[in-house]
Amino acid sequence: MIITAEPVTKLVEAFNKLPGIGPKSAQRLTYYLLGRPEEEAKVLAEAILALKEKIRLCSVCFNITDCDPCRICQDKERDQSKICVVERPSDVLPLERTGKYNGVYHVLHGSISPAQGIGPEELKAKELLSRLQDGSVTEVILAANPNLEGETTAMYLRRMILPLGIRITRLARGLPFGADLEYADDMTLSQALEDRQEF
Amino acid sequence: MEAPRSYQTQAIIVRQTKLGEVDKIVTIYTPEFGKLKAVAKGACRPGSKLGGNVEPLTYSLLMLARGRTLDIITQSQTIDGFLVLKNDLWHTSCGLYILELIDSFTVENNGNRPLFDLLLDTLQRLCQADNSETVLRYFELHLLDYLGYRPQLHRCVSCNAPIKPVVNFFSSSQGGILCSHCSQQEPDSRPLSVDALKILRLWQSCDYATAKRVKVKSELRSELEQMMPGYIKYLLQREVRSMAWLQKLKRESIVDNNCGRN
Repeated sequence: MIITAEPVTKLVEAFNKLPGIGPKSAQRLTYYLLGRPEEEAKVLAEAILALKEKIRLCSVCFNITDCDPCRICQDKERDQSKICVVERPSDVLPLERTGKYNGVYHVLHGSISPAQGIGPEELKAKELLSRLQDGSVTEVILAANPNLEGETTAMYLRRMILPLGIRITRLARGLPFGADLEYADDMTLSQALEDRQEF
Repeated sequence: MEAPRSYQTQAIIVRQTKLGEVDKIVTIYTPEFGKLKAVAKGACRPGSKLGGNVEPLTYSLLMLARGRTLDIITQSQTIDGFLVLKNDLWHTSCGLYILELIDSFTVENNGNRPLFDLLLDTLQRLCQADNSETVLRYFELHLLDYLGYRPQLHRCVSCNAPIKPVVNFFSSSQGGILCSHCSQQEPDSRPLSVDALKILRLWQSCDYATAKRVKVKSELRSELEQMMPGYIKYLLQREVRSMAWLQKLKRESIVDNNCGRN
C-alpha cells in the first residue's frame, strides 16, 4: 500500500543522502518545500543544477569557478608573484575574509596521507611545480592545515620547491585567539615560543 | 560491581577521522586495553582543549568517559609530542608506517603491554639520531613476535633440518626459512643471504642496544627491506600503503642514502 505520493518519497530519499540529514530531517525539509511557493522550489532546483553544470576547476589555480581562469587569477590588481597553497577550495574563503592577502592561490585538493594511499600524484602538486617554472613567482606560502597530514604535505612541497630558489614561507603556527595556555599542546606551545615576535 | 564511568589511560594516538563538523573519532593504542576508538568532541575547533593532544604520533594521558558505543575523551595532556620526529619528512613517514602496522595488526580491546612498550620505544628511537632502517626492521620483527607471527629462522619450516650457512630461502606462506632442497616445492619463496639471516636471527633475540650496534651494508639493508614488508604484506593480505610512500621518498632521493635526518 502506498501511503505517500511518489514525488514526496523521491525527494525525501534524495535529501536523506545528504550529509547530516536523517530520515526525519529529510521529511521535514520536503514538507517545508511543499508548503512554499512554486517559484522558491524552482530557484532551489536551478541552483542545484547550475552547480553541476557551470562549476569547474580554474585551469591555473584549480579553485572552483564558473569562469576560466577564475576571478582571482584574472584580477590584474593582485600580486601574481605570490602563491598561497591551500588544501581545499573552502580554505580560500577564510584567507580572503582577512583582507590581508593580495596574492593568488593554488588549491591542492587534499593533503598527503600515506596510510590512505594519497600521495602527491593524487593532488595538484605537479601543476604547482609547473606554475613555478617560469621564474615569475617570488614567494610560495604553504598554508596546508597545521596537522600531521598538512605538515607532511608542506614538508614534501618544500623539498620539491627548494631547488627552484623561490622563497618558501609557512603560515605561522601558535595559539589561536581565545585559547587557554593551560590547555595548549606541546607542539603549538613550542611553535608559539619559537615564532614569538617583538611587542 | 558496575564499571566506573570514567577512566584514565596513557595512549599513543594512531589515527583520526572527522565526525560531523567539529568532532573526531580517534584511534588510540593503550597499554591496558590495546586499540580503542574514542570520540574527541570539538577537536576540530581552533581553540579546542583536545586539539593537538589527539593528533596522530602523540603520546598523551587521556581521561575517557564511557559512552554507549564509543568512549568520549574528556581531558588530555601530551606526555611526548615527538616533536623532533614531526619536523622531518622521512621520520614522520617512518612514524606513520609504524602506526599503520599497529592499526592493521591489532584488534580493539585486546591489551598487550609489551607491544605498547615496543611502540613507544620505537617512536622515541626514531626521535634520536639512530638509523631509521634498523629501528623499522627491529620494530617489524618484534611486532610479529608479540602477535604470534614470529618467523622461524633456525630450522627449515618444511623438513625441520638445521639451516646450513649457504643461501637459503624465506617463505612468507610458511612463515620461515626453507632449506635449498625444500624451497624447490615453494616457488614463491625468496632467496635470503647468510648475512641477512644472521642479522635477522640476532635482531630477533637481542635487545635494541645490541641491535643498533650492528653495521648493515647497503645491499644487505635493501635485502632486508624487501623481505620483511613482503612477509607483512602476506600476513595482512594487502599492501601497507605507508611503505609504498617510504619507498617513493627514497626513489625521489628526498632523503639521503643513510636514511638519516634530511
